[in-house]
Amino acid sequence: MSSHTDDYLDGNAAAGELSKIFAVDITTGEGQCAHCGATGRFAEAHLYMQSPGIVARCSACEHVLLRLVNVREQVFLDVRGMTYLSFDTSQQ
Amino acid sequence: MWRIGTVVALQDETATARTIKLEVPDWPGHVAGQHVDVRLTASDGYSAVRSYSIASAPNPERRVELTVDRLPGGEVSPYLTQEIAVGDHLELRGPIGGWFVWRTQQTEPIQLVAGGSGIVPLMAMIRSRASAGSTAPFRLLYSVREPAVVWYRNELQALSDFDRSVSITYAYTRVAPKDWPRPAGRIDVNLIANTTWPSTRVPTCYVCGPTSFVESAASLLSAAGNSPHKIRTERFGPTGDRK
Repeated sequence: MSSHTDDYLDGNAAAGELSKIFAVDITTGEGQCAHCGATGRFAEAHLYMQSPGIVARCSACEHVLLRLVNVREQVFLDVRGMTYLSFDTSQQ
Repeated sequence: MWRIGTVVALQDETATARTIKLEVPDWPGHVAGQHVDVRLTASDGYSAVRSYSIASAPNPERRVELTVDRLPGGEVSPYLTQEIAVGDHLELRGPIGGWFVWRTQQTEPIQLVAGGSGIVPLMAMIRSRASAGSTAPFRLLYSVREPAVVWYRNELQALSDFDRSVSITYAYTRVAPKDWPRPAGRIDVNLIANTTWPSTRVPTCYVCGPTSFVESAASLLSAAGNSPHKIRTERFGPTGDRK
């Protein structure tokens, strides 16, 4: 187990913040970790909200999948930790 | 997008938990298991946002119920549990989240596992099942510290008396009622084996509670043969003021 355990939530807890940016709920989407190649629902990623923003980590290898930081009126989004994200638009 | 809800009723669940019933005129409808973000803004402009699971079943009246537990020293929960009054307005964003949800079209056996206030989204699922007339068999394993802090006890009792397809097991972690068959303690292998669906029934499992609770309950379900893909989790942390 990594040192990150104990203080994380699930990716679905980020749905509210992400809804400010994305027109669809991406937490139901399936993404692939760019580091280890594991695939999974974004809702199942480990989510850290104690930092100045949101950090989602791969539930398999704990590498960063997504970072979202709000600085005043600017939003910074970094998704290079995922090679793709696919989602079903029929349930939106 | 923030919506404005009006408090139409308040109901105490326990000494520290209160249900806030809101009417939200432009509410688009929700699915059981979803949450909302609540924003409180002080007169100086400082604002705090917290996530709370929706406790009510989907309904055509645009009603949204939240049950909030008061956390000592919390920024938001003391206001929501002690100060808010009928007629007050509350800013909401949602409904949010499409993963930790139970839809009325689901017919497979459902295993719910709640730790403390993690009961809220699972209660929405049980209420949704009842209001939709679903016959999906439900089991709830509800872990609480002691009898005095069980939420929705009478309603859960009534729902399971009315329909034997909803079965409820309480697991007390600190203090059990007198003559309770199981001594107070955390959920363990035996309890999972004796009270949850056998994995051969391929239940969909929903586990909600504090992070450490969810971690252990999900591992036990997985060790009992349930595929990780059938176990959906929703954790909340001490800092989040969640639920």
